[in-house]
Amino acid sequence: MIRETVIKVENLNLYYGKKQALNNISIEMYKHNVTAFIGPSGCGKSTFLRVLNRMNDLIDGVKVDGKVIIENNDIYSPDIDVVELRKKVGMIFQKSNPFPKSIYENVAYGPRIMGIKDKNKLDEIVESKLKQAAIWDEVKDDLQKSGLSLSGGQQQRLCIARTLATEPEVILMDEPASALDPISTAKIEELIHELKREYSIIIVTHNMQQAARVSDFTAFFYLGTLIEYDKTKKIFTNPTVKQTEDYVTGRFG
Amino acid sequence: MSEYLASIIIKSVAFVSFAVILLIFVFVFKEAIPQSTGDGTKVAQEELQSESYGDDISGAVDNTVTEVKTKHESEEGVQSIANLTGTEWQPVSLKPKFGLLPLFWGSFKVTLLGILMAFPLAVGAALYSITFAGRGFREILKPVIELLSGFPSVVIGFFALTTVASAVSSFFGVTYRLNAVVGGIALAITIVPIIFTVAEDALQSIPKHISEASLALGATKWQTAVFVILPAATPGIFAAFLLGFGRAFGETMIVLMATGNAATMSLNIFEPVRTLSATIGAEMAEVVFGDTHYSVLFLIGALLFVFTFSLNAIAEFWVRKRLLKKFQGSA
Repeated sequence: MIRETVIKVENLNLYYGKKQALNNISIEMYKHNVTAFIGPSGCGKSTFLRVLNRMNDLIDGVKVDGKVIIENNDIYSPDIDVVELRKKVGMIFQKSNPFPKSIYENVAYGPRIMGIKDKNKLDEIVESKLKQAAIWDEVKDDLQKSGLSLSGGQQQRLCIARTLATEPEVILMDEPASALDPISTAKIEELIHELKREYSIIIVTHNMQQAARVSDFTAFFYLGTLIEYDKTKKIFTNPTVKQTEDYVTGRFG
Repeated sequence: MSEYLASIIIKSVAFVSFAVILLIFVFVFKEAIPQSTGDGTKVAQEELQSESYGDDISGAVDNTVTEVKTKHESEEGVQSIANLTGTEWQPVSLKPKFGLLPLFWGSFKVTLLGILMAFPLAVGAALYSITFAGRGFREILKPVIELLSGFPSVVIGFFALTTVASAVSSFFGVTYRLNAVVGGIALAITIVPIIFTVAEDALQSIPKHISEASLALGATKWQTAVFVILPAATPGIFAAFLLGFGRAFGETMIVLMATGNAATMSLNIFEPVRTLSATIGAEMAEVVFGDTHYSVLFLIGALLFVFTFSLNAIAEFWVRKRLLKKFQGSA
């Protein structure tokens, strides 16, 4: 099976001021696959995730060197349009963060800022994306209700629908289910399975069972360094590096 | 023991300040009452009369004079109540007219002008400060703008009277040097810091993760500010508007100095106006104690009080409730 690369990272270093948070990371992630980043808290996995759509730009004093190549373009080269990049690489956050607007407006926001004004077109997008995010049946009767009136799990799926509406190629998920109950978590995981047919998904999780359940590839980070990256099955059953084995078997973490 | 003493002292200080405010409230309304009930004027006059009875030297002659005067003035008082809604304000005259409409008109005109200039400026500055300004610049910008609110209003009034008035008259070539526009500009200077501070706090209080969500969707900073942060902060921005409006409406010294103080009802913004507050400021010192004019001035005071009080109350309670409701879901 030939895999198509969607993101290629070469020798990436990241500094918060003088402190180095990521050390020389090189990794290739594949299209229509789910890649999981695991590792103990503070290992740099969320930081690395934010490197991939340049959300780190929003933090003062962050410096990045190295290459992140998406579609043959280095996203850290000076002529790249960050706004365009973020349309291509969407992001789901740990804490669900719908806008204090109606469900409809939440999903329509992305298309609207991209200049779509036609009401029918927007209706269509809203419906199809809510369906794709497996929340349509729960909200279709009252799309004008505030997004904040939904339950935590529904809010997170609304956020996913909102991200899908900008037609991204890659979806970054930063511990998307860590604040949810088991049933909502199961729904999100199911959704991830569905979505990988059309999108490439990169998920950060501190829940190893989750990584084992949803991902095709797993990267283990420790202290800002990529320790091991391989097929998920291999990482969890027969890791090459001793540290990885210790972590996945629960000896530290 | 000293703990107990301290708590007693602090308690009584708090109580005294509360009581003083309450007493002012009561006093203003009590003084305004004769005017609003009609025969109250008579009561005030009768009190005055009994005082003059006690005077031995004045005797019978003085007595009759007072009586006549009382009769005359109470009639006048009744007449002036009908005139409260009139369009002429001539309190000192053989036939005084106490029409409050031109004063209301003047207050609203100059306040609206001030708000129209200050509100977009202040909200724009607040938006700039939280979205585009770097951290270093913001840390300078905010205190500097807030410093403006510490300016004594008499200084701003003087500045308006001299510099702003000259600039306005040479720029627009107006008939009256001191007019509503000059007053509006001076008011705008005083309320920009208030609107800016409250609006900035409101915008700042919008959770970071909401703007992050917008940016992650590929929105620009500008789109995020206008379509996400600003709408979410609407209640706070509205509070800023109300507080600015209330401050401008009650402001006295600046409008007294800069607006020309003619009680007219013209639509022309380059004509002088006389506001409610400036009327009290200008006339209270020369009014006869207990006179109809005196009561009307207190009535104006009471109206101003009620007006600004309700604006502040709305800003405080309505907005707090709305904001809470809006963000409860995300807590």
